[in-house]
Amino acid sequence: MNKLLVSPSPHIHSKTSTRSLMLDVVIALLPSVLVTVLFYGWSAVAILASSVVFCVLLEYLITRYLLKKPSTIGDMSAVVTGIILALNLPPTAPWWVAMIGAIVAIGVTKMTFGGLGQNVFNPAITGRVFLLISFPAIMTTWGGAKGFIGGADAVSGATPLGIVKEGLMQGQTLQQIFDLHDFSYAQMLFVNIGGSAGEISAIAIIIGFIYLLARKVIRPYITLSILVTVAVFSGIFWLIDPSQYTDPLFNLLTGGVLLGSVFMATDYVTSPMSDKGGIIFGVGIGIITMLIRYFGSYPEGMSFAILIMNSTVPLINKFCKQKKFGRA
Amino acid sequence: MKKTFSIGGVHPDDKKISAGCAIETLPTPKTVYISMAQHLGGPAKAIVAAGDKVKTGQVIGEPTGFISAYVHSSVTGTVKSVGLRKDLAGIPVVHVEIEAEPDEWAEGIDTSDTLVKEIPQDPKFIVDRIKSNGVVGLGGATFPTNVKLCPPPDKKADILILNGAECEPYLTSDYRIMIEKPQQIIIGAALMKRVLGVSHVVVGIEENKPEAIARMKEAIASLAAGSSDYEGIEVVTLKKKYPQGGEKQLIDAITHRQVKSMGLPIDVGAVVQNVATSLAVYDAVQKNRPLIDNTVTVTGECFPKQSNLLVRVGTPLSYIIDYLGGVPETAAKAISGGPMMGKAIANLDAATLKGTSSVLFLTEEQTRRKPETNCIRCGKCAEACPMGLEPFLLNKLARNGMMDELEQNAVQDCIECGCCLYSCPANIPLLDTIRIAKGEVIRIIRSRTAPKK
Repeated sequence: MNKLLVSPSPHIHSKTSTRSLMLDVVIALLPSVLVTVLFYGWSAVAILASSVVFCVLLEYLITRYLLKKPSTIGDMSAVVTGIILALNLPPTAPWWVAMIGAIVAIGVTKMTFGGLGQNVFNPAITGRVFLLISFPAIMTTWGGAKGFIGGADAVSGATPLGIVKEGLMQGQTLQQIFDLHDFSYAQMLFVNIGGSAGEISAIAIIIGFIYLLARKVIRPYITLSILVTVAVFSGIFWLIDPSQYTDPLFNLLTGGVLLGSVFMATDYVTSPMSDKGGIIFGVGIGIITMLIRYFGSYPEGMSFAILIMNSTVPLINKFCKQKKFGRA
Repeated sequence: MKKTFSIGGVHPDDKKISAGCAIETLPTPKTVYISMAQHLGGPAKAIVAAGDKVKTGQVIGEPTGFISAYVHSSVTGTVKSVGLRKDLAGIPVVHVEIEAEPDEWAEGIDTSDTLVKEIPQDPKFIVDRIKSNGVVGLGGATFPTNVKLCPPPDKKADILILNGAECEPYLTSDYRIMIEKPQQIIIGAALMKRVLGVSHVVVGIEENKPEAIARMKEAIASLAAGSSDYEGIEVVTLKKKYPQGGEKQLIDAITHRQVKSMGLPIDVGAVVQNVATSLAVYDAVQKNRPLIDNTVTVTGECFPKQSNLLVRVGTPLSYIIDYLGGVPETAAKAISGGPMMGKAIANLDAATLKGTSSVLFLTEEQTRRKPETNCIRCGKCAEACPMGLEPFLLNKLARNGMMDELEQNAVQDCIECGCCLYSCPANIPLLDTIRIAKGEVIRIIRSRTAPKK
């Protein structure tokens, strides 16, 4: 009878844990992983495996031997970072690119700030941007990968966004570029070869998004505000001059907008706490992405946009509080 | 659209496994220990001494201030002692120990089952009966009911809300009385309606209790058919969401009025009473029967015999548990109240109080807290907080002792419902730190507003 526990209320817990949330994110990423592996074959398997292994191993080594603390890999967050980093790389990238990405993502961005929950920037995106700047050739070359289905090996060269940027810089109109390259929206929606591993199927990402919403892992505001902003921003410019500015659907379906808005901008640690803050955050990402796409020198701006907005999160959190009960 | 409160809330599993058990009268124990601190406010002063003979329903404790209440003997017998005895938390409190004999009720108490439907005309008569029969709020806070029914003259209520939400998992005592004694509850509501002079009474019941909703509606219809005193009483079905039974949340759900920070329900014209209190009001006014027993749910998956028992005030918890077969092997924690806001029982020999609504047993697997890990800034605590606070922030401020910031971020508004800790995926003991900080901040606010000496 003396063995009864005594502790303050509440006496029960929802059973949701960091691990269960991360596991849900992994499950939500599976459709994208599956499509990537199917269309990019063994090279996609290799890059996914090396990215995940390096991320987890690095976190384990740092916590155990550098910080001399219990390992935190059980929370699965390093697995999530590993998968997202891999989905941000061209499938033909060599394994050591994934390793360097993992060092920047886990070693520099996450663990130096104190591990999960303490980092300012999204680890996977920081890793990707580091690689993009350091190894531009590797990071923008696609193709050469042989898929299990489809003829991916025949495809090489730039992404639709890259082609458009290139064409516009050479003075072509969009009409000419589109005629030349035969872009199809249906293709973009289902399987769009040419792009980072995770960018090939919009549908796969949307399935993941629906899963995350259904499991209440994320709320829809950040993702939707990014997509709406991209659509509205590009819609305005497209209406002004359709020969120079790509249309909203093209902007939503190409590049990293979907992958980024569903899986990277919604990262708990580096996004605002409140729904209102999330909307500001999302609008910011959308605008910066489109500014880079239309006026910058890079064809794609999603990663930069997320990183820039990551840095504003503490400020957004400070000013965007949810309404308190019984207070005006 | 079913009504509910506007901010936050969580959906713990219902676990109303004792819902089907009809209320059974627990045999009176050989000895009862009646606490003098059964209510919010000043403890009652014992007016009996060892050797005195007392009857069931006789006053043994008198109020010691404006906010205090009478305490009555729950048995007939001989006072053995008046002295300190440990309560369920292990804190010594003055108890009157009475050795029980067969019941002999004090004079003037109607112990028959006849339903008395006529509502007395004089509000003062009603309030006096409520006061003299020791009725206190049975929804948790045990605030003296007569005080709550007499707001200061500059404040006027326009609605009486009966709380039948019973939003905590496991608890079924309110559910059972709504099914078994709906007419008495409604008559109690009509009595309080007369005192407050309001024209509108709403009984809020969550949607997971359809039978209670039906029985209460029937009771209202049959009573209203016989007298105009029962006009304006209605049942409102609420969505199932915890903490719907929180006073401020219930008022928000039903009237869409939000009680201001540090304010009282009467500030928005509302008075909230639990359905069990309403039943006690019926007994007190119509039967002149003091509050000497109440319904206690004894439950938990690991407990072999789910029960709803009518228990005399002052019955040792161990007596109830032994009656039902003893503490189960696998039980790791015994709780008085629900799993979200109830208190862990440190002393099973403690006696029941007027406000004891349940004894709940949880296994180690159900209740063991997991080690705290890093905050992942998911915001689930803020999403869950029914007061719109930011528990993650309050926790951080509390750990750094930042009192001004804690006050600015409204730690004093916390209702200690536990939604934040319940939802936290990193198992951070948010409410533990916030509860302590809240106490300190309220003390600071009070010392500032108190007149300078």
